[in-house]
Amino acid sequence: MSTPVIKANNLTKIYKLFAEEIYAVNNIDLEIRCGEFVSLMGPSGSGKTTLLDLMGCLDSVSCGRLEVLGNEVSCARENDLVKYRRGIISFIFQEFLLIPSLTALENVELSLHFSRMTKERKHSLEIMERVGLGHRINHLPKQLSGGERQRVAIARALAVSPQLLLADEPTGNLDTKSAQEIFSIFKKLNEEDGLTIIVATHNPKLGLQASRTIFLQDGKIISKEKSSLFLEMI
Amino acid sequence: MKSIAIAFKNLQRKKIRSFLTVGGVGVAVAVLVSLMGFDEGYQRGLRSDIDKMGFQVLITAKGCPYEAATLMLKGGGGLRYMDQEVYSKIINDPRVAAITPQLVHTVYDPDKNNGQGGLALYMGIHRSFLDLKPWIKFKSGNWFSQDDAEEVIMGYEAAEFEQRSIGDKIFIPGIEKILTVAGIFERTGTQDDGLIFLPLVTAQNIFGLPDQLTGIGIKLKEISQIAGFEEDLYDEPGIQVISMAEVRGTIFNLISSAKVMTNSIAIIAIFVAVIGVVNTILMSVFERTKEIGVMKAIGASRFDIFRIIWIETTLICVWGGIMGNLFAIIAARLVEHMLRGILPYAPSGHLVVITGGLLLSSFMGAIIMGLVAGIYPALRASSMRPIEAIRRGE
Ligand SMILES: Nc1ncnc2c1ncn2[C@@H]1O[C@H](COP(=O)(O)OP(=O)(O)OP(=O)(O)O)[C@@H](O)[C@H]1O
Ligand SMILES: [Mg+2]
Repeated sequence: MSTPVIKANNLTKIYKLFAEEIYAVNNIDLEIRCGEFVSLMGPSGSGKTTLLDLMGCLDSVSCGRLEVLGNEVSCARENDLVKYRRGIISFIFQEFLLIPSLTALENVELSLHFSRMTKERKHSLEIMERVGLGHRINHLPKQLSGGERQRVAIARALAVSPQLLLADEPTGNLDTKSAQEIFSIFKKLNEEDGLTIIVATHNPKLGLQASRTIFLQDGKIISKEKSSLFLEMI
Repeated sequence: MKSIAIAFKNLQRKKIRSFLTVGGVGVAVAVLVSLMGFDEGYQRGLRSDIDKMGFQVLITAKGCPYEAATLMLKGGGGLRYMDQEVYSKIINDPRVAAITPQLVHTVYDPDKNNGQGGLALYMGIHRSFLDLKPWIKFKSGNWFSQDDAEEVIMGYEAAEFEQRSIGDKIFIPGIEKILTVAGIFERTGTQDDGLIFLPLVTAQNIFGLPDQLTGIGIKLKEISQIAGFEEDLYDEPGIQVISMAEVRGTIFNLISSAKVMTNSIAIIAIFVAVIGVVNTILMSVFERTKEIGVMKAIGASRFDIFRIIWIETTLICVWGGIMGNLFAIIAARLVEHMLRGILPYAPSGHLVVITGGLLLSSFMGAIIMGLVAGIYPALRASSMRPIEAIRRGE
């Protein structure tokens, strides 16, 4: 049996706000295997973003244990976390977060540059073609539509050939059609390339296209029965 | 995609802001280069002026050494008189290589300065004058026909200004004497160019100063003998010995207080420029908090971020350095003109001399300034935690 991409035990993230302690992620046990396409769903404030940040090695773990590809990262320091962000885990954000001063192609090249990969230009062009933006490479982010921007962000994430793709509400700022396009890309990546994907979304129609859906509430994973109740509510 | 390209594009984003910051650095560098160029130019000018006087020691009647120093450089020897007897005493000193007596006299000339009136300088000289200034050539004519001839030799500019040629008659106002132009000197680039020379004896006679001198210029065989030579003349009443090295020092003292002022201005300008650069870069770092977070999220290390910000700062200072140098070169003549107006004594030649070495070192200085100014903003940027930068960097 291969090592899980993500393995969490009692994973907890506590935010301290003045005297109050907020358990944004509360004692979560979770295992995600290679090649899975998982969607994270749950009401606003349930901890989806926080959980993704932890799995993406962007934030520090408060308690519990987190393994990425079999490596313990819960105690790692900022400098050690960098190597996971280089070519192992890629992140996609709701607000796209492209660098505004760089063109679409340069944005893609940038992640290759930081990940110390060679053949930046050639590889970036290929990826841009793959997300259907071969004709938009010299556009600045502000000259692209929201859907196009998100596809650039996907190209940027894919360029480094990651083993895990994390997306936090990637379609939150998009219309239904563009949102479905983005999800279709995810599905294709998962089915054809076997890429492991975890995506947080509010949209049940999109979320249920994943091979597995995890429901969160108040920082905890809730059971199947409860989640079907929750699904009926929306 | 290189860090330098990213840094360059960042600076391009806020063009006006970047340009103003570059301008601040440019002004500071220009001020510094001008001041150092002035320092260099002044020293060179003064040294060449003093070298061109041809003597290392000047003996004058006792008086204010500052006044004497300035008057002397302006062509006189301090208008106090001493007995010619002193001259006959020193002339046989074995340490003396060349010696020449001088008598300077000023005459009010109502026609001078386009009819406004002004002082005309006359100098009585001896044939030995040419021993001390072997570079002086005659443009036309010759030395005085006799030691008491009623003749003059004119400096290049004096002759040019009055449109004189050999054989012309010269009238010295107030003296009621008419003298003949016997020779005209070539241009020397010194104060000699503006003078009218007479035979020493003639000058003593017509100005009513028999056996009087205003100065004795002396060149020693060995410059190292100067201290002993000065000491020996110490007891001689009514005279003072001025070494040219001292004069140079004295003049430097005169302008040193002005230099303290200008140097502080330069330091302030640099300080302000550095603060400006730090401020600009910090501001742009904070504005880009989110971007920096994203860069970290896609794999940038602390050092990657540090380097980008550091390069940005250095680029600003490099441009500022180039701009400042260009500005200093272009403005050099203007600065020179302004300085001439305020200095107690300005030597001939260029007052602001900007050498290649100066340009190079100021450019290096600007780079170092950028590297130093960039450290803090770059550290701030590189130590941002990615998640905080992304989620809370609104
Ligand atoms: N920096 C912070 N400081 C304090 N509390 C925080 C911080 N970030 C998040 N929280 C809290 O943690 C909880 C989980 O937040 P999180 O952003 O993970 O929710 P989410 O499921 O992503 O919500 P949404 O669907 O609205 O994006 C929330 O109650 C939120 O208020
Ligand atoms: Mg969220």
